[in-house]
Amino acid sequence: MASDSISLPGSIGLPRDAGSTWLETLHEWVITVDHKKLGLMYIGSALIFLVIGGIEAAIMRIQLAVAHGQFVSPEVFNRMFTMHGTTMIFFVAMTVLFGFGIYLVPLMIGTRDMAFPRLNAWGFWMTLFAALLFYFSFVGGDGLSGAGGAPDVGWWAYAPLTSPAFSRGHSTDYWTIALLVAGFGTVATAVNLVATIVTMRCPGMTLGKMPLLAWMYLVMSGMLLFTITPLTAAQLMLMVDRYLGGHFFDTQAGGSAVIWMHFFWIFGHPEVYVLIIPAFAFISEIVPVFSRKPIFGYPIMVAATVAIGFVSMSVWAHHMYTVGMASYSSAFFVLTTMAVGIPTGIKIFNWLGTMWGGKIHYDVPMMFALGFLFQFLIAGLTGIMLSSAPFDWQLGGSYFVVAHFHYVIVGGILFSLFGAFYYWYPKMTGRMLNETLGKWHFWLFLIGFHVTFDVMHIPGILGMPRRIYTYEPGRGWEQWNLIVSIGAVIQTVAILFFVVNMIWSYFRGRPAGKDPWDAWTLEWAVSSPPPVYNFAVLPEVMSRRPLWDIKHPEDPDWKYE
Amino acid sequence: MRIASWTSLELRHLLKLAGAWMLAARCFAQSGAQSSSSTNIFAPASTPADAIFGLSIFVLAVTGVIFAIVFGLLLYAAIRFRRRPNDDPREPLQIYGSDQLELAWTVIPVLIVIVLFMTSARVIHAVQDARRPKGTIEVVVIGHQFWWEYRYPQYGFVTANELHVPVSDPAHPTPTFLELRSADTDHSFWIPVLAGKTDLIPNHPNSMWIDPHGAGLYLGQCAQYCGTQHAKMLLRAYVDSPAEFDRWVQAQQKTVREDTPLSPVALEGRRVFNSTACVNCHAISGTAAEGRVGPDLTHLMSRETIASGVTPNTAANLRRWVQNPAAFKPGSLMPSMNLTDKEVDEVTAYLLTLH
Repeated sequence: MASDSISLPGSIGLPRDAGSTWLETLHEWVITVDHKKLGLMYIGSALIFLVIGGIEAAIMRIQLAVAHGQFVSPEVFNRMFTMHGTTMIFFVAMTVLFGFGIYLVPLMIGTRDMAFPRLNAWGFWMTLFAALLFYFSFVGGDGLSGAGGAPDVGWWAYAPLTSPAFSRGHSTDYWTIALLVAGFGTVATAVNLVATIVTMRCPGMTLGKMPLLAWMYLVMSGMLLFTITPLTAAQLMLMVDRYLGGHFFDTQAGGSAVIWMHFFWIFGHPEVYVLIIPAFAFISEIVPVFSRKPIFGYPIMVAATVAIGFVSMSVWAHHMYTVGMASYSSAFFVLTTMAVGIPTGIKIFNWLGTMWGGKIHYDVPMMFALGFLFQFLIAGLTGIMLSSAPFDWQLGGSYFVVAHFHYVIVGGILFSLFGAFYYWYPKMTGRMLNETLGKWHFWLFLIGFHVTFDVMHIPGILGMPRRIYTYEPGRGWEQWNLIVSIGAVIQTVAILFFVVNMIWSYFRGRPAGKDPWDAWTLEWAVSSPPPVYNFAVLPEVMSRRPLWDIKHPEDPDWKYE
Repeated sequence: MRIASWTSLELRHLLKLAGAWMLAARCFAQSGAQSSSSTNIFAPASTPADAIFGLSIFVLAVTGVIFAIVFGLLLYAAIRFRRRPNDDPREPLQIYGSDQLELAWTVIPVLIVIVLFMTSARVIHAVQDARRPKGTIEVVVIGHQFWWEYRYPQYGFVTANELHVPVSDPAHPTPTFLELRSADTDHSFWIPVLAGKTDLIPNHPNSMWIDPHGAGLYLGQCAQYCGTQHAKMLLRAYVDSPAEFDRWVQAQQKTVREDTPLSPVALEGRRVFNSTACVNCHAISGTAAEGRVGPDLTHLMSRETIASGVTPNTAANLRRWVQNPAAFKPGSLMPSMNLTDKEVDEVTAYLLTLH
């Protein structure tokens, strides 16, 4: 038995041979179960789909730059917004946030890998193949009848538009099955994160001494276990309807279109919080380090996160104020939706409290974090407007809503993510991202973002519905749409700076060293990039900021916590 | 009556609370509201839209104040506590939290939420649970891919794409209640200056109401994605004076008489119309055409537009539409019937007689 010639999965402990061929390197990445490699693959695939989703957005903005635009046909436009929405939520936002999560959580809680490394790999490959399947619809969606193409039912795919009568060919099937497969991967990774955070913390790290990032990923993963389930159930019911003659959503046979909405949004709204909570996590790590102070009110931050986790499960029908709910149902969801603003507001104040009295270093991660704080404030306030059902009867389904949730997702999540990139890229690659290119990226993206999404509220107020491939002149929408499209161009240029920075710095960036930001959590105690095994000896911690304790033995945190 | 008195009272109350906001919003509204065809949500012209507007201004005022305070604090902290070149290199004072502060910024938002919830709930109740006064006009609105069918059960006729309702005098309100149904996918009825939107969902009848104060043409469009031509499913509501409305109703109630004298071309057009697939989808009351898949054409020429508001109803446009609907609305469910040029001329001539 030449067992020593069989390589172990993930090439545990073996440093990469400098002379390995690209095929060997590829093989190593494909078979890896290392949380850092998988995290990077999640992040890499998300960046590729970010560019694809961005191109889809650009096509829509070119079409809408003028009234009666002729750039694409209505069929193509409808596919673009369906692909854009689904891609950005499932194959960019979810994917990149998981990527950071599985990369950082084991390092920050002082362990060597996730609880289930193989499940971790499985989760990633399910997500990637779901994305590839989804995009294969451009080729395979026609089906035998020659109808179809890429999905064109919108990312929430309201019944009965998805029924065979209105969606011929296989386009809707690609959408459904891609989300089913992605859902399996998501649940796997969520289970893995929960198990890792609950069972694998290093000695001394009680739940109350865990970094906020780990807390927030715990809540996010816990939410996913509950919210992916109704989505999966709904997709299965839809497949039963489409292929086995079921009538769940078949309104012509007594089925209910409204039931689909409930199933979708009881997934869909918590999903928004699933995405924003990791963004909170990044901010909760970046703001203290660059303000040189511990997070203000750690216990209430944890409590607020858990509260968001629970309350956000009961707000879904605020997407449905216009479907004819009873007035008391509408009132109930007004209350729950506004209530979720309370813990969210607490977080903003606690970040403010963290900055207060600090010595704020304006490196690029902090600039993005500050952008997040201002923009997330505005996104939250437009959210309050939309939560008031009567106001939503006007604003819902209009470009105001589109502006609002892009404010959350771009102004909030994406800014926070960019902050995370600049903050942890040195840890992941061993090199700093270029500061000058980073500042160009920040300022251009900030300007482009505001030109696009501030202005986008206005056509909504002027009565422009979303998801229209063209619009009538003379309603006061033209100039605003043109400005929105110009902003999209500026954002594109900013993203180019980011991509160039990522590539250039990988080869030419200043070496980062272990701890370039003088930070306090455990990932900064190991080399950059970290060794395969993370920690030669598992660390033992006594406070939330173990590196602070080491750097300031005269004034350690554990005395106060 | 109840509706009108409630909102005027509530409006005055809210006005006092948010005078400045109101002014600003009014200015904004005027900039987009040169004519009655505005689709600006801040230029309401109907009771439910007024109620929403009043609440909106209140919510805007509250969120505006929160914005000013928090934005100001953030900006102050970001500038005041930045590191300066000549700072001493020691770390700042390490502060872990403050129970009093944290309690304050928990309790204050709770109070704000209670106020916003109560005001929202009042308007929800006022609009959604409004009673129908005597003199209410009832219209059944049926959403189709990609046009609107309007049935007037009180008057016994059907029309399409152009809704007519009477203006409502606040002293004796005659609101119009719309029963919303869908023949296929989900749609949403949204004329911003008249009311908020309500969805038309198959197998799930909804209702909404409008109570317009002034005569004129009010525009809107489908606000729930319903398929390929969702963008060109436009809404047109004509608010007429009571006398005009009565005249319009009487005209719409007339059926087409078989013995109407027609020109030879139009007569031939009628033959083509009645002997091809046109009649499977379109109805012309008083004739054999009884299809309900497409718009009712009985009084086609009383309408200013065709194809759900997409283009003016001129002889030339009508001809082009009959010849190839996809030229105006690619994805429209009306197929090109492959008629010869002569037949298209004849059918158009016939349609032009349907006043």
